[in-house]
Amino acid sequence: MTSNNLKNRMIDYLAGQLTCKAVTEAITDYLEGNLGFVEQVRFQMHLGFCRGCRRYLRQMRLMLRTFGTLPMEPIPPAVRNELLQRFRTWKARSQT
Amino acid sequence: MTFVSSHAVAEEVVQETWIGVLEGIGRFEGRSSLKTWIFRILTNQAKTRGMRERRNSPFSPLGHSREEPEAPAVDPSLFHTSGYWVDHWNTLPRYWDDETPERLFLSKEGLAQIEKAMSALPPTQRQVMTLRDIEGLTAVDVCNILSIGETNQRVLLHRARSHVRRVLEKYFETGDSQI
Repeated sequence: MTSNNLKNRMIDYLAGQLTCKAVTEAITDYLEGNLGFVEQVRFQMHLGFCRGCRRYLRQMRLMLRTFGTLPMEPIPPAVRNELLQRFRTWKARSQT
Repeated sequence: MTFVSSHAVAEEVVQETWIGVLEGIGRFEGRSSLKTWIFRILTNQAKTRGMRERRNSPFSPLGHSREEPEAPAVDPSLFHTSGYWVDHWNTLPRYWDDETPERLFLSKEGLAQIEKAMSALPPTQRQVMTLRDIEGLTAVDVCNILSIGETNQRVLLHRARSHVRRVLEKYFETGDSQI
């Protein structure tokens, strides 16, 4: 067997069996660091070859990054006042 | 959140939670982050409240809605359905540049889209995704707060994220032309 042949077989072994569909289903495991070593190499090899999956991963990452920085909803004044009122009552009660 | 039936009750639960925090802060041992600890009080309050509500009404407002049957992460029609390339993309996902989601999230309409996508999720999926991706809690914390296993947490997170991404992508395709 030539070394080229061997190399191709290695690539097939690592990247060949993973479909794009499987990548989209394994993506959370990948992002959570839950893939085993071989699975992870296979996943990354696939990404290396596949523009579609790179885009998919990118979309996911961008979505998550943005979700982490969503603006906080302001507290409506009525709710805020009620909460403060309760704090005061609680404080008065706990001091007696 | 998703344990009780109405906004008003949810507000009430939040108020009670803060009092609970005040009363319990002396017992906080620092074994989890303060945020996690507060969320746990909140969840317990909400669960108790939800149970009480259910006892009082003949029809439970939420019931125990079952999780949706497993849906694929991606619309199957975007993959080849036969031949050598079966299950590989036949329509590539869109390329999002660095600003794409920001542009969406900064607009009122965009935020409404996210809210819609999130509220369409089954309750536990919504809880997991909110705590993980919006509140930024760790997987371990979320398992603790919701009393679910690690694997379950990951499955719920996966389904939720996949669904929300799908909705957002659709929005980018049909929505605002400048995005």
